[in-house]
Amino acid sequence: MMTRGERLATVLLVGGPIAVFSVWALVDNTRLYLVTMLNSLTLASLYFIVASGFTLVFGLMRNVNLAHGSLYLLGGYVGYVVARETGWWIIALAAGFLAAAIAGLLIQVLILKRMQGQDLRQTMVTIGLSIVIADVLLWIFTGQVYQMEAPELLQGPIRGIPIIKAYSAYRLSLLGFGIAIGIFLWWLLNRTRVGTMIRAGVDDRAMLAAAGVNVNLVFAVTFMLGAGLAGFGGVIGAVELSMVPGEDTRLLLASLIVVIVGGMGSVPGAAIGAAILGLAETYGLAYAPTYSVVFTFVILIVVLAFRPRGIMGRPA
Amino acid sequence: MGTGLTAAVVRPLPLAAVRAAPAGAGAGLGMVDPYANSNAPRWLKFLWRTLAARHVFVLAFVLLLPFVASPFFTYQVAAQSLIFGLIALSLSFLAGYGGMVSLAQMSVAGMAGYAVAVLGVSGTASSLGWHWGIVVPLALLIAVVCSTLIGWLSVRTDGIYTIMITLAIGVAFYYLVLQNYTVFNGFQGFQKVYPPIVLGIDWRAPLPFYFLCLFWSMTGYFFIQWLVRTPFGIALQGTRDNARRMNALGFNVTATRVLAYAVSGLLAGVGGVLLVWYNGLISPGSVGTGWLINVLVIAVLGGMKHPIGAFLGAIVFILLQTFAIDLIDRERFNLVIGGVFLAIVLFSPDGLLGLWAKLRMRFGPSQVLTSTPRRQP
Repeated sequence: MMTRGERLATVLLVGGPIAVFSVWALVDNTRLYLVTMLNSLTLASLYFIVASGFTLVFGLMRNVNLAHGSLYLLGGYVGYVVARETGWWIIALAAGFLAAAIAGLLIQVLILKRMQGQDLRQTMVTIGLSIVIADVLLWIFTGQVYQMEAPELLQGPIRGIPIIKAYSAYRLSLLGFGIAIGIFLWWLLNRTRVGTMIRAGVDDRAMLAAAGVNVNLVFAVTFMLGAGLAGFGGVIGAVELSMVPGEDTRLLLASLIVVIVGGMGSVPGAAIGAAILGLAETYGLAYAPTYSVVFTFVILIVVLAFRPRGIMGRPA
Repeated sequence: MGTGLTAAVVRPLPLAAVRAAPAGAGAGLGMVDPYANSNAPRWLKFLWRTLAARHVFVLAFVLLLPFVASPFFTYQVAAQSLIFGLIALSLSFLAGYGGMVSLAQMSVAGMAGYAVAVLGVSGTASSLGWHWGIVVPLALLIAVVCSTLIGWLSVRTDGIYTIMITLAIGVAFYYLVLQNYTVFNGFQGFQKVYPPIVLGIDWRAPLPFYFLCLFWSMTGYFFIQWLVRTPFGIALQGTRDNARRMNALGFNVTATRVLAYAVSGLLAGVGGVLLVWYNGLISPGSVGTGWLINVLVIAVLGGMKHPIGAFLGAIVFILLQTFAIDLIDRERFNLVIGGVFLAIVLFSPDGLLGLWAKLRMRFGPSQVLTSTPRRQP
C-alpha cells in the first residue's frame, strides 16, 4: 500500500498537469473545452459498454477473447440490416445483442469448452476466429461504409444549453446508455444468483465447481452476456461512429487498453479505464491531433509501471 | 543481474548435452565416429556429430534454388519467405523458448523499417538521406531499444496478459504512424526505399537480394540454435517452465526475459530492414493488425518448438498467399489463412513440426523433437 506522502505525490504528479491544462483550456476557449469533455464522456460510455463484456469474460474465464472486436462489428451489421428492414431502432438493438450473444455462445460451447484451462490456445483460437469473422463480414457487406440513422426521438441537436449552445441528442443519450448498462451490471453481479456465481467464479473457479454449481453453464451465460454487450455496443456505435472493416480492430484496441488500465476482470475498473481512455483520446484529438495516440500510450505505460495489474486490478 | 545467468548450476547442462551427442547422431545411422578419440579440431568433431543428410540437402537446395527457379520465384516467394521467416523466428524464440507470445514483433520490424525510411534515402522529401552505413545500424539499435522497452513493459505482467499488452502496443504504433505526418508521413508512408548499391552489386536484383536474405536468415537461425544452448538460453527455458523456481534459485527472471526481448528485437529489426528493402516502401499498412497477426500465424503454422518452424511456416504462408489466388478469389485469402490457422490451433497445436513429429512417431523410428517440450499447466 502507498503511504500518505506517496499518495499525495501521485495526485500532484498526475493531477497537477491536468489542472494546469484545464485552467488554460477553459480560459482559452471555454466552449471547446466543454464540448470536448462531453465528447469524451460519451465516447467513454461506448468504450465501457464494449469493454465491460470483455472484462467480464476475462475475469471469469481467464480467456482473452480477441474476437471481441469482430463481435462488435457483427452486432453493428446485424443491427443495421434489422433497422433497415423493420425501421425500429429498438429491435435493431435487441437483434445486435442477440446475434453477438448467439455467436459468443457457439464459440464457447463448440470450441473454447474443449480446451478449458489452456489460456494461450484459447486466445489463439479467438485470433483465428477474428480473422475469419472479419473476412466473412467483409465478404457479405463489402468494404462500404455503413451509417445507421439515429432513432427519430434522438435525431438532431439539443439547443439552448448555456455556453455549449447545441449538442447532438443521440450522443448525449450514449451517456445514458453507459450509465444504464453500468447499473444493470452492478445489479446483475451484486443482486442476483447468477451474479453471485459469476463473482464466486472470478475469485475461485475450482471452489465454485466443488460447491455443486454447473460451471460450464455459468461460463456459457457469461460468455453470452460478454459477447452480447459487444454486439449491443456495435449497434450503438453504428450510429455514432460508422461501420466499416477496421472498426473491429479499433474497438478491440480500446477494450484492451480499457481493461489493462482499469484492471482485468473488474467492471468498475472498466468504467474508470473507459473514462480515462475516452478523455485522453478525445482531448488528444482536439488539442494535438497528430500525437493523440501517444497520450493513450503514455497512460498505458504509466499505469503498467506503477500498477501492473491495472487501477482496480487484484493479484491473480 | 548478469552474473545470475552464468551460475554454476546451469553450466554443465549444455556441455553434457554435447558430450552425450555421439551416442545419438553417429551411432543412430550405423556409422563409426572417426573422431571419437582423435585430436581433430573441435569444429570438425562438432560438424561430424551434428550434420545429417537432411542438413546437406537443405543447404544445397537453398543455394541452388535461385539458379533453377525463375527470378519471380526467387524474389517474390523465396526471399519473402526468408524475411518473414526471420521475423517469425523472433516471435517463435520468444514464445517457444521464453513462453512469451508477443504480438508486437511486426511493429518492432516496422520500427526498424521506418527508421531506414525516415533516416535514409526515400522518395519522400522528409527523409534525412543519411548514408546506409549509419542508417542500418541505427535502425537495428532502435529496434533493439524499442523491443527492450516493450519487453520491460510486458514482463511486468505475465502469461496471457503479454498478448494483450503487446497487441495494444502494436496497434497503437499502427495508429501513431497512420495519424502522424510530421515524422512518419501518415497514410502515404515512404516510397522508393531501396537497398544501396555496394561493391558494385545492385542488391535489389533478385539473385543478390535472395542471397542477402539467405545470409541473414541463416545467421539468425544458427544464432538462435547457439543461443538456446548457452547458459542464458537454458535459464530462459527455465523461466518459461517455472518462473518461481528459477527465482528461488537466484536467477533474475525479469532480466532474463527482457534480454530475450532485446534479442528478438535484433532479429525482428534485421527482418524489418530487409522487408522495407524488399517492398521498396513502408506504410501504416505494413504494420497493421493484419500483419501483426500474420506473424503469429506463420510462427504457429510452422511450430514454435524449433527455430526451423518459423521458416517452414513462412514458406507455407507465402506459397498460399502467392498461389491461392489462382485457386480462389484473391479477396478471400484471409478466410483461407484464418481457416488454416484455426485448423492448426485446434488439431495440431505444435504446427507443422508437430504434425511431422506425429507422423514420425507413427511410421519412423521413435525420436523426439530437439527442443524440450512444454507442458500446459
